[in-house]
Amino acid sequence: MSRGNGRPSIPVTIDGQEAMAYEGETILDVATRIGVRIPRLCYLEGLSVWGGCRLCLVEVEDDPRYRLSCATPVVAEMAVTTTNWELHNHRRRIVEMLFAEGNHICAVCVSNGDCELQDLAAETDVDHIHYDLQHPDASVDASHPKYVLDRERCVLCTRCVRVCNEIEGAHVWDVGGRGSDSMIVAELSKPWGESPSCTWCGKCVLVCPTGALAFKGRAVGEMRHDPAVIDFLKTARDEGKWYERQEAR
Amino acid sequence: MSNGNGAGNGKLRIATAWLGGCSGCHMSFLDLDEFLVDLAGMADLVFGPLTDTKAFPPDVDITLVEGAVTNEDNRELAFALRENTRVVVSFGDCAVTGNVTALRNLLGEPEPMLQRVYVEHPDLDGQLPSEVVPALLPMAEPLHELIPIDAYMPGCPPSAERIKTTITALAQALIDGEPVPKATEWLFPDEARFG
Amino acid sequence: MAKQIDLHDVAHSELEMRSRYTTRVKACSSTACLSAGAGPVRQALDQAAEREDVNSDVQVVPTGCMGMCSSGPLVRVEPRGAEPTMYAQVTPDIATRIIREHVVVRKLIDEHVLDEDQPFFSRQRKIVLGNAGRIDPERIEDYVAEGGYQALAGALNDLAPEEVIEIIDDSGLRGRGGAGYPTAKKWDMLRRAEGSPKYLIANGDEGDQGAYMDRTIMEDDPHRVIEGMIIAAYATGASHGYIYVRAEYPTAVERLERAIRVARRQGLLGRNILGSDFDLQLEVRIGAGAFVCGEETALMASIEGRRGTPSLRPPYPTEKGLWGQPTMINNVETLANVPAIVANGAEWFGEVGTAQSKGTKVFALAGSLVNTGLIEVPMGITLREIVFDIGGGIPNDGVFKAAQSGGPSGGCLPASLLDSPVDYESLRKLGSMMGSGGLVVMDDSMRMPDVARFYMEFCREESCGKCAPCRTGTVQMHALLDRICEGVGRRRDLQHLESLCRTVRQTSLCGLGQSAPNPVVSTLDHFRHEYLDLLVPDVSYNGTAPSVPPRPQAPDPAVTTKGGSR
Repeated sequence: MSRGNGRPSIPVTIDGQEAMAYEGETILDVATRIGVRIPRLCYLEGLSVWGGCRLCLVEVEDDPRYRLSCATPVVAEMAVTTTNWELHNHRRRIVEMLFAEGNHICAVCVSNGDCELQDLAAETDVDHIHYDLQHPDASVDASHPKYVLDRERCVLCTRCVRVCNEIEGAHVWDVGGRGSDSMIVAELSKPWGESPSCTWCGKCVLVCPTGALAFKGRAVGEMRHDPAVIDFLKTARDEGKWYERQEAR
Repeated sequence: MSNGNGAGNGKLRIATAWLGGCSGCHMSFLDLDEFLVDLAGMADLVFGPLTDTKAFPPDVDITLVEGAVTNEDNRELAFALRENTRVVVSFGDCAVTGNVTALRNLLGEPEPMLQRVYVEHPDLDGQLPSEVVPALLPMAEPLHELIPIDAYMPGCPPSAERIKTTITALAQALIDGEPVPKATEWLFPDEARFG
Repeated sequence: MAKQIDLHDVAHSELEMRSRYTTRVKACSSTACLSAGAGPVRQALDQAAEREDVNSDVQVVPTGCMGMCSSGPLVRVEPRGAEPTMYAQVTPDIATRIIREHVVVRKLIDEHVLDEDQPFFSRQRKIVLGNAGRIDPERIEDYVAEGGYQALAGALNDLAPEEVIEIIDDSGLRGRGGAGYPTAKKWDMLRRAEGSPKYLIANGDEGDQGAYMDRTIMEDDPHRVIEGMIIAAYATGASHGYIYVRAEYPTAVERLERAIRVARRQGLLGRNILGSDFDLQLEVRIGAGAFVCGEETALMASIEGRRGTPSLRPPYPTEKGLWGQPTMINNVETLANVPAIVANGAEWFGEVGTAQSKGTKVFALAGSLVNTGLIEVPMGITLREIVFDIGGGIPNDGVFKAAQSGGPSGGCLPASLLDSPVDYESLRKLGSMMGSGGLVVMDDSMRMPDVARFYMEFCREESCGKCAPCRTGTVQMHALLDRICEGVGRRRDLQHLESLCRTVRQTSLCGLGQSAPNPVVSTLDHFRHEYLDLLVPDVSYNGTAPSVPPRPQAPDPAVTTKGGSR
């Protein structure tokens, strides 16, 4: 989010709602500010834009293609429609395929009930999966004394990769493999517990949208993430401001 | 409502079915508490683990199906209930996604799983069950992979509240002769060319 | 400072050297002919010339691709002052006879002569491949003798950078990598971009199945690519250039590196090129085998040493590219067109091709054809001419079924479209694309769903995994195609396949995902019945029709789910 100084000067319309935007704000920034919710998964306030989940695509008037709202700066007189029948179906299919890609068994997941993928399913009307479940044979890395990584629940949003690199500055995580074999790896594919650069800060766990990264010892449904902490830290770092924030639920 | 084959008392005919699941969804159904009394006034329970009927009856209005399709028996029952039901509800996560029942798919074909459970792990006389129990299918699958579904009720288990809401809505629609609130159709309009 | 080459001198002495030989024997040493045994053939030619003691009269020249790869190894005998003769399927024995009989006693070996008047050769128009099969790619002198580096010298001496861009603009040259973006527009954007240094990249990461246009250009005429790059760099103000070549092309890498070394020694690269105040450093970078690295942003990530995945555009490379600097990426074939355009003028170039698509295009012709190989044809030629005149038709009296262009991003064109012209706009309108130039012809033994499945498997394997619709969508589309091809697909599988095509096309991050559905969509458009024939009938339970009366028809989905807006 860009907290522009001065007055907002760019007139835009989002879902029929007129608003004034600051220079440099993205469509998603403005929509969030005026209370219009756009579905997204990989985007997180305070981190760089990744553009991988494609859920926040929106319709821009007179533009033949859908635009990524997290990465598209607003321009004057832009008219945005955040959802239409086709976009809704696109999002629904993508969410369904994310479910099909992993082993997302909510009933036995630490994050059941505190899961952005679950929330997205509800938001996009996913009540069952039309596609073949892939049942991948992904691995669990429980080598870290404090945290656990279950790749079967990973949606490859790379929030952990970015938070570790951009906020903590450790760059423990990265993506290994390609295509459907992609997976989050620590230290060029070492067990997490053997990582010499991991600082045990736990930010990756806080930002994970699903149950892929969790505190050890949490039973089913007990895990609570806290992705908003990152924007709090980023603001503190960049602007020297420590704003009031509520602890996670 | 029942037309001919049923009790003819003007009540809805409701069934439940228990495929590859833990029966937790049925337990949640029993959690409906006093609503069960209201339900009994409006419908007859004609089949399911809660009744003693052996064969799936004809002309059923609503069937709640718990569990994934995991063995031959499940498959036959699924076909039979689809054949004889107006509104089939995929009831709970095992029916909707395969859930815990489908965890065995991670081991591939059923043989390695059977081997592990019945031969490697028992302390005495490990052997594969062969008679009496129905044979496992290659994969445990969600119900909609096998038969068309009219409504989905996720949850592990779905809460009693959710069950009540679903049944009430479906029953009301059937009583009023309205179209059943269907699972969302989601093909693009121009893809309707299949008719 | 490196010594400056005197182009005139070099050309002169090279031509003089050539004229000392009464016969020049050119032996194709391109990858296709080498794999057919061109190595021993060349040895046999050398040895025979020595045995017959005609060494001082006969020069054996290893050259690049002569085009008709299906008839290789090819050898061309060019006697001074007489008609040249091409020989096909030459073995070492025939090579010996060529020297002993053709060269020494002027007697043709009729049964191996390849008619060069046949349409395969006569219907082609060679600009980019002008030197391929004619010169020794490892000798800069050969290139210079054919007029090489003259365009560069002319541009450096007489033209301002803007004038070079103007010539390219007038010529109508468009990107040969597939999308057909006007080249001059790109050049102009880099020229105007703020920042220094600016980078120029030649994209030689050719990954489509059966395509080897860029490889041939790089292997057979590396100096043409380099000259094109120097001119492009001069016009745009780039000071560093990279040629990005896939690792599977070791010969191209070797020849390019050698050519760069030689050019640098001759003062054609480095500081003060040809005595001007223009500098350019050139380097070859080798890919690591990922198809997606042909995509601009992924390619730059790969050059920087990062994971080869695409990133969001904007910012476009010309604003913020390699290491954050303004960068321009041109396809190898595009750059190879540049020297000829600058040398001969925009008008000359514009005479070939159509109004929208000027010049020629190189195609790798493969599949069920009598003649397969590498061809360069004027834009706007019809598919029929390519398939039946140049390609010689379908072998064994087979029936033409479809032509696939553009590789995994392209589509299939059925027989009813044989008369459509081959240019950017026409192909796109027909649901295919020019692509980089792979052209696979299929006869009626092919099942089109299988073809679609093949390309989808490729896309699934080559998806980088960054964006969800491509990573997961290619897996699901392949699974659906697999089911249909295996004869167990149901109607709803086809419905899901079609709707997924739309989602993956509209939501994927880069061109790989956006175009991955093309083979499916185009085969469905033209061969839908083949899919329908493979479907199994909808399930009827217990073998009987459902006994419960059907429920009222579902309301129109467009109405019930409109907007999904809650």
